[in-house]
Amino acid sequence: MAEANPILIVENASCRFDVSGPWLQRIATGAPRRELKAVNQVSFSVPRGATFSIVGESGCGKTTLARMIVGLQPPTAGSVRFGEIRRADGTVGPPRVQMIFQDPYASLNPRWRVGDIVAEPIRELKLRATEAETAARVAELLVTVGLSAADADRYPHAFSGGQRQRISIARALATEADVLVCDEPTSALDVSVQAQILNLMVRLQKKLDLTYILISHNLSVVRHMSDQLAIMYLGRIVEIGDADTIFNGPLHPYTRLLLDTIPDVESPNRARAPLSGEVPSPINPPPGCAFHPRCPMAEAACSRTVPELMPRPRRSVACLVLENSEGAADAQISRSTPSA
Amino acid sequence: MAAEANPGRLARAFDSDIGWSFRRTPAAWISALVLALIVAASFAAPLIAPQNPYDLRQVFIDKAELPPLWSAGGEAPFVLGTDPQGRDVLSTILYGTRVSLVIGLASVLLSMAIGVTIGLIAGYRGGWIDNLLMRLADTVLSIPTLLMAILVSAIFREMLPPAFREPFAAAVIVLSISLTNWVQYARTVRALTMVERKKEYVLAARIIKVSPLRIMRRHILPNTMTPVLVAATLNLGLAILSEATLSFLGVGMPITQPSLGTLIRIGNQYLFSGSWWLVVFPAAQLGLIVLSVNLLGDWLRDALNPKLH
Repeated sequence: MAEANPILIVENASCRFDVSGPWLQRIATGAPRRELKAVNQVSFSVPRGATFSIVGESGCGKTTLARMIVGLQPPTAGSVRFGEIRRADGTVGPPRVQMIFQDPYASLNPRWRVGDIVAEPIRELKLRATEAETAARVAELLVTVGLSAADADRYPHAFSGGQRQRISIARALATEADVLVCDEPTSALDVSVQAQILNLMVRLQKKLDLTYILISHNLSVVRHMSDQLAIMYLGRIVEIGDADTIFNGPLHPYTRLLLDTIPDVESPNRARAPLSGEVPSPINPPPGCAFHPRCPMAEAACSRTVPELMPRPRRSVACLVLENSEGAADAQISRSTPSA
Repeated sequence: MAAEANPGRLARAFDSDIGWSFRRTPAAWISALVLALIVAASFAAPLIAPQNPYDLRQVFIDKAELPPLWSAGGEAPFVLGTDPQGRDVLSTILYGTRVSLVIGLASVLLSMAIGVTIGLIAGYRGGWIDNLLMRLADTVLSIPTLLMAILVSAIFREMLPPAFREPFAAAVIVLSISLTNWVQYARTVRALTMVERKKEYVLAARIIKVSPLRIMRRHILPNTMTPVLVAATLNLGLAILSEATLSFLGVGMPITQPSLGTLIRIGNQYLFSGSWWLVVFPAAQLGLIVLSVNLLGDWLRDALNPKLH
């Protein structure tokens, strides 16, 4: 996925947390230092205006990766860099990054009026010279996300979950953001409201040339939104590439099982192989390929060697079995017939 | 506070859930009324008191130790009797209440300021700063409050030159009460801060690099104030009592500017000579204040607790 001019470049980024007990206890019991590898040597780049989705089960490091991209969590190794972009107003520089959060009830300060919430980034970053201009910009943003300018005087508790998410988006846009990291933006909303928010996001992307980093476990949402897709398992990317290519012919066994869980209206009673077992602890991951204990295709080598991401047409896959079987790129197994 | 707001705001406050609950709870509005009367009377003391008990020109030694008006030997202006120096007991109570209230309020405000600041920093920063501040709080809490207050006020008294001891007596008491009472606020605010700082609205502010001090002051502080205000109301009663106890033990307010505690201490010396009114009336006033404050605080705690609705 080498882009000519990517807006976001993540290179071998890792994030490890020290989760060992207090030092006194460690000395007393002789317990070793323990380390949690939340994100392990992740690399990808995102072109401007695209939607890059990160998918995976709970605890696979999606949220840590998101926090690294917005700068809340410095990577312990590797780097997260941004490319220079030319904005609509002619200025050139690194993009502004903002985040849209999962829980619309915790993402707005309950003691602040909506107008102040949306105005905070404008005031903090001094994007407007006067209060009158700030108020005008707030009103404009509220209308952009489908609320009314009069809503600025109300408190967050007066709004529904979907409306709060709109306020959240307005606050993110108030920074003149170019990259929006969306951490499960619709998972706390009703299905009918989810669609409205997603459509709003698509509309804003076209209008403002936004780049989305979408983090989700809802594969229907991801399929609807994504240009590119990365599937994470236990801190590592197992398959990455063009979203349509992956959805139409997943290669990595984990991706296949994951996509197999999407309900299909066409064949509601198709035979499905449910993903058994649980995600192993990232503190003590299995040796070799982290997925091998749950993998239906696992071979002996899988428990010894950590697979690297191998480039294939329009995507990369990290799987030893596929690597070893020649011509695996043709072995695009249809989603409705899961392999044994 | 509400008086300076516009009338629309006052009407809205009256109409709100809290206003409704206030009107429906007799204990709340009666104690608020009593408290308002006591506060008004004590601050209007120079205007309404029968005499200024600390102006020697108004005090007559031949009127010493008169019983209250309704008992045999009571005299006209001295409704609650007089003390052995001829001072009107009602007047000394009004002036003493003012001293007690001011000291109580000041020590609540000071301990709140100390506690909230320490709690915010400990909760927001975490790590060794949190550890240090909270172990300090534990240490303060492990010393009996009264002992600590006596110690602090004794130390400050020794540090001040004799000429400054009387004018600064009130400040010393406020300080000694505050230095023991801040722990409760610090713990409350720390716990709430630890919850709030993980919330996404704080993350949103951190992403655009709002400074930690600003986040603490503008985002987290307002969201921790409800329980702090309840604790402050309940502690006002305790602070007034602490001051009275210190004064009763003789390490509090001097005789020249007596608080209710000082009055009770002086009255206590005459209790067994039959002059019961010297101790009973100031003690009753003290009890009434603390009871009203506590009832009001209890109501406030219930009214602000959404789980009880």
